[in-house]
Amino acid sequence: MGLTSKSTGLKAIDKGLYKINSNDKTVIALAGNPNVGKSTVFNALTGLRQHTGNWAGKTVTSALGAFTYNKKEYLLVDLPGTYSLMAHSHEEEVARDFICFGGSKAVIVVCDATCLERNLNLVLQTLEITKNVILCLNLMDEAAKKHIYIDTDSLSAQLGIPVIATSARSREGLDKLLEAVEKTAENNASDSFKIRYIKPIEKVLDDIKGVLNNFNLPPIDKRWLALRLLDCDDSFKRSLNDYLKEDIFKNPDIIKALNDAYEYLNKNGIDKNNLKDKIVASIVLTAEGICTDCVRFEQCSFDKYDRKLDKILTGRLTGIPIMLILLAGVFFLTITVSNYPSQWLSDFFLWFEAKLSSFLLYLHTPETIYNILIFGVYRVVSWVVAVMLPPMAIFFPLFTLLEDFGYLPRVAFNLDHHFKKANACGKQALTMCMGFGCNAAGVVGCRIIDSPRERLIATLTNCFVPCNGRFPALIAVISMFLVCGITSAFQSALSALILTAVILFGILLTFLVSKLLSKTIIKGVPSSFTLELPPYRRPQILKVLVRSLLDRTVFVLGRAVISAIPAGVIIWIMANVNVGDISLLNYIAGILDPFGHLIGLDGVIILAFILGFPANEIVIPIIMMAYMSTGTITEYESLAQLKTLFVDNGWTIVTAINMLIFTLMHFPCSTTCLTIRKETKSLKWTLLSIIIPTALGILICLLLTQGLHLFGIY
Amino acid sequence: METAQSLNLLPVGKEARVINITSSGSMRRRLQDIGIIEGTKIKCLYKSPAGDPVAYFIKGAVIALRNQDSKNIFVLNYN
Repeated sequence: MGLTSKSTGLKAIDKGLYKINSNDKTVIALAGNPNVGKSTVFNALTGLRQHTGNWAGKTVTSALGAFTYNKKEYLLVDLPGTYSLMAHSHEEEVARDFICFGGSKAVIVVCDATCLERNLNLVLQTLEITKNVILCLNLMDEAAKKHIYIDTDSLSAQLGIPVIATSARSREGLDKLLEAVEKTAENNASDSFKIRYIKPIEKVLDDIKGVLNNFNLPPIDKRWLALRLLDCDDSFKRSLNDYLKEDIFKNPDIIKALNDAYEYLNKNGIDKNNLKDKIVASIVLTAEGICTDCVRFEQCSFDKYDRKLDKILTGRLTGIPIMLILLAGVFFLTITVSNYPSQWLSDFFLWFEAKLSSFLLYLHTPETIYNILIFGVYRVVSWVVAVMLPPMAIFFPLFTLLEDFGYLPRVAFNLDHHFKKANACGKQALTMCMGFGCNAAGVVGCRIIDSPRERLIATLTNCFVPCNGRFPALIAVISMFLVCGITSAFQSALSALILTAVILFGILLTFLVSKLLSKTIIKGVPSSFTLELPPYRRPQILKVLVRSLLDRTVFVLGRAVISAIPAGVIIWIMANVNVGDISLLNYIAGILDPFGHLIGLDGVIILAFILGFPANEIVIPIIMMAYMSTGTITEYESLAQLKTLFVDNGWTIVTAINMLIFTLMHFPCSTTCLTIRKETKSLKWTLLSIIIPTALGILICLLLTQGLHLFGIY
Repeated sequence: METAQSLNLLPVGKEARVINITSSGSMRRRLQDIGIIEGTKIKCLYKSPAGDPVAYFIKGAVIALRNQDSKNIFVLNYN
């Protein structure tokens, strides 16, 4: 749930990252493998609250943050988490291009001290591009717990770069890191470590380097450049040509140098196919060699606790049941606990409405304005806040705790088999989890899926997971119509179970639609899949609370309120402007009514969903207002009262069930649609992402209603 | 001398050394990224509820691979 205004808003950066405006600040890049605490380092240095999560590939967009050290201003660029810079994915391309052309004075590579050997891959590759690298050895506290000891002095001596041990979560070692950044950025590093490749490769690299010296090239290492040219790296060719604004691959000298090189390599038994293997092998073996010298494991069973937990959380018999219990448990807590603050808030809003009302009357506000403000804006906004805020304020932190703990990748692990059957990717489970927060964030999160086909499937089906804007509506409808007449102790438990069932229905449809899409318009077989299961980490409870409240709750609520205000005005006007002898609202609702009744809803509900396009949070308030403008109840005090209002307007239990289905399955909100358009760069897929859930929602409601009709039940 | 077997046949708890990788294209590159080349030690940790994918211990990290991918990695039993 990378849900902040940064990750979905206008500030989200991805393409063209290296054209940032630094305003004379010293630019520092922050690179690292996924899930090594890179974002924690970023936050600790800049104070900017970029959300950190415990799964691979979290930073889907890059963030910028400024900091000052010794009166000098720096601009820190958080690059996407990558395993290598060979540009196998969009993220790697972004990271590599920035290090090459971004004009950064130094690159901090954050490494996981508990898994240094693999992390060194990225350090070695970065060192090939630039000498100004600082190795930030993070998670030293965890390494100590696991009895892993790293000789940082020896590591620093071998690599020829500063190596700083940190525990970013407790801010340990950050001063030293800043000191090293200053030094490295000011005085260019002397000669640092270079990977030695096998002899024939070294020979041709020298030859190509000689030719490259005649060109005016960006300040990146010529040897590395030669390696990339040799490697036929298409994406790098594109980026380099973009930068140079000419195609150096049409240059006869380059063509000749490359042809000579291939010929020489061929003579030595290396062809284009195994060249990459030889290059990678040299890097991996170099990392292994360095680690043998510098890392000491005192205990073999350092991860015993993690493995035991994994046995339970991903066990054959326990894995899936625990997942369902956790899901239902989170809903149960959300529903039970949020009842109280919801009641307090609505009491408060009623009290405040009286005050506001007398204040407006005191000002002699014209009646129309008074009505718009109180019955339009105020009532809708207070509903949105009273009903939305408590579940969000509880759900988000609970979910973030699971995320921080490292549970979500296990969900992907448990469910991958089913996604594979649907010809999709297990990482789709992660994007669905993000969808619980906000579908727009979920759609952006789909970038963690490598295969374009599987990414598209995840994008198109993301809105089958109800986002936080739709949760409270689901909970309200369930509480009003499906669990009434039961003692309150069981009420929330039953609500939670029904809500879980609704979510599972959504997940089931995700599988079915994914499968259907793979068999029809997005044909293909499941592609390759590697998923890292990071170590479990004790969640930082206080930080989680603050972060999820500030970053997520306030952000989502703010968006809801912003769209609720104009919606309140529009609804009030529609309810009070007459066409002939009925209000505009009833007139339009009347037109939609036959269709609404056909699928077990009514015209007002359909209209509410259409008007709720900017934010699904306001669907229920719109229905309320529309009913109120004709009904007798003028104040909202409790769900029981709301139920009376709905029943008076013809709601039955079947309407409620159809409402649940349609809330789960209709067109995504406007933000999500725009995000899909941006991500897929295609109008066709955006339209399809609107049509698929809407058609499915209508179809299921229609079948249910007409089926019940047929049997005379309804 | 033991014979080579596919990684997906490696029993839980056993460790083996990679001798050959026959995957190609993007999967081969992915495997190289996480450090799987000839000679890498891999330990089979545990299976997911459905038996596929399987979690392996590779160069200090736990990585899940699908059987369809791990069957292209050939290993020699190590201990």
